[in-house]
Amino acid sequence: MPEIRNYTLNFGPQHPAAHGVLRLVLEMDGEVVERADPHVGLLHRGTEKLAETKPFNQSIGYMDRLDYVSMMCNEHGYVRAIEKLLGIEPPIRAQYIRTLFDEITRILNHMLWLGSHALDLGAMTLFLYCFREREDLMDCYEAVSGARMHAAYYRPGGVYRDLPDQMPRYREEATKWHSAEEIARKNEARQGSLLDFIEDFTQRFPSYIDEYETLLTDNRIWKQRTVGIGVVSPERALQLGFTGPMLRGSGIAWDLRKKQPYAAYDRVDFDIPVGQNGDCYDRYLVRIEELRQSNRIIKQCVEWLRANPGPVMIQDYKIAPPPRRTMKTDMEALIHHFKLFSEGYCPPPGEVYAAVEAPKGEFGVYLISDGANKPYRLKVRAPGFAHLAAMDEMARGHMLADVVAIIGTMDIVFGEIDR
Amino acid sequence: MLQALREYFQSLLLIELFRGLGVTGRYLFRTKFTVQYPEEKAPLSPRFRGLHALRRYPNGEERCIACKLCEATCPALAITIEAAPRADGSRRTTRYEIDLFKCIFCGFCEESCPVDSIVETSVYEYHFERRGENILTKEKLLALGDQYEAEIAAARAADAPYR
Repeated sequence: MPEIRNYTLNFGPQHPAAHGVLRLVLEMDGEVVERADPHVGLLHRGTEKLAETKPFNQSIGYMDRLDYVSMMCNEHGYVRAIEKLLGIEPPIRAQYIRTLFDEITRILNHMLWLGSHALDLGAMTLFLYCFREREDLMDCYEAVSGARMHAAYYRPGGVYRDLPDQMPRYREEATKWHSAEEIARKNEARQGSLLDFIEDFTQRFPSYIDEYETLLTDNRIWKQRTVGIGVVSPERALQLGFTGPMLRGSGIAWDLRKKQPYAAYDRVDFDIPVGQNGDCYDRYLVRIEELRQSNRIIKQCVEWLRANPGPVMIQDYKIAPPPRRTMKTDMEALIHHFKLFSEGYCPPPGEVYAAVEAPKGEFGVYLISDGANKPYRLKVRAPGFAHLAAMDEMARGHMLADVVAIIGTMDIVFGEIDR
Repeated sequence: MLQALREYFQSLLLIELFRGLGVTGRYLFRTKFTVQYPEEKAPLSPRFRGLHALRRYPNGEERCIACKLCEATCPALAITIEAAPRADGSRRTTRYEIDLFKCIFCGFCEESCPVDSIVETSVYEYHFERRGENILTKEKLLALGDQYEAEIAAARAADAPYR
């Protein structure tokens, strides 16, 4: 009788379900996981250290690259920390634009999560549908900032530019694939401003969510793969430092947008979905409901932004550069411009912590300033890191295939975990 | 009781699976939303940040005055500038290089430029074949600027009210 021994399985970093570069060392007893040991650091780029060598504003672009599927939320966390340090408040219109784009980002993130999670668990089609919606939202990103993903749009004191009055359109000429009429039909939603386009999207989006739910929510295979998998009790969820949908899936109604409102979240109506059982299925339901709530917030923001034009950046030229026209005609503005783009600004010495409710959870930035034009120290609190730390606890006793479901439900992105 | 019976039959008859198939089935006959690149292209906004270019004034004089603001503000340190007075006494760059491997396309160089010289065009289809081609030299940048000047100017004009 040969001795039966546990064996060690390396899951990733090249495994397609490892969501990037997760190296998971699994100790298996047959097909049952005895111990899961996540190894991180393969995507470490030293963002925090890098930020210490640059003026404050120059690190905004690097924040996009932390959690690279919820770009603007990361920027928001960083920018808010700087604003707290400087003691400034962006204009109300900028606050609403930030709320709008934070929610667009949430939809972008949850769409990618839903698509890839479903793909991991065997539902191929949903991935394609989710990416169609992402395409529309990325067009919004591009229209407003000039980049589809790494926007660098939020700035301390507001946002870089106001929303455009014209949405970019497809070129209306027949190709060998589509006739001119078909392309014109694609352009219908793009006739007006960016806000019109976003509003059109919010009208369409609920029916899309219904379609995803038809495909998944009652589906027996989906339920077999998610119900009762990776259960976390509310107590343990708190102890493990969970935030975001991971915490709400366990039944704790904690959401920074409600508990510590920032931007314009105290001016819009929305509800916080909460799960009951704390398993993968409940977290899926929570995220689906968050999509609907985000859609609701976006609608309110669009309505407000239509009615209330105004500045989107504070008028303090010591912190935000003057408009280009002023810069070219006014000597003092030109000096401010040069000063800002070479030296930047020097916030008073001090320490601040600012957090936003990123799609994955609490994204916090701890910033220490010694009065120089660069941070003395920057610490990023990434939600994914705390979630990944619970990998062992959640995966223990489950089958190997469930590990994939658990990685998926954590919504892991290595950009933020490794930083 | 009735509820249990209904659930039993719904489960037996694969109702929810057929509903799902219905969704995918409908999409099978609907017009496709794929953009067939490269014959068709996705819409581009005038704010798009693509390949860099150096612009000239309408009289052919290069705009760049070697103030080195873009070099100072570049987060990735991708820009290298050397400057010297030209024969006519005006201050110009003798070397202006952008390393595209380092560049993160944040657009800060364009934002900082006081004379609208360095710009990010809407060109995103480019490639390198040999080592070293990732460095955009001053000649290449000016050539790009000359080639796309019409587009660049139109995009700047469209975005001018917001900047």
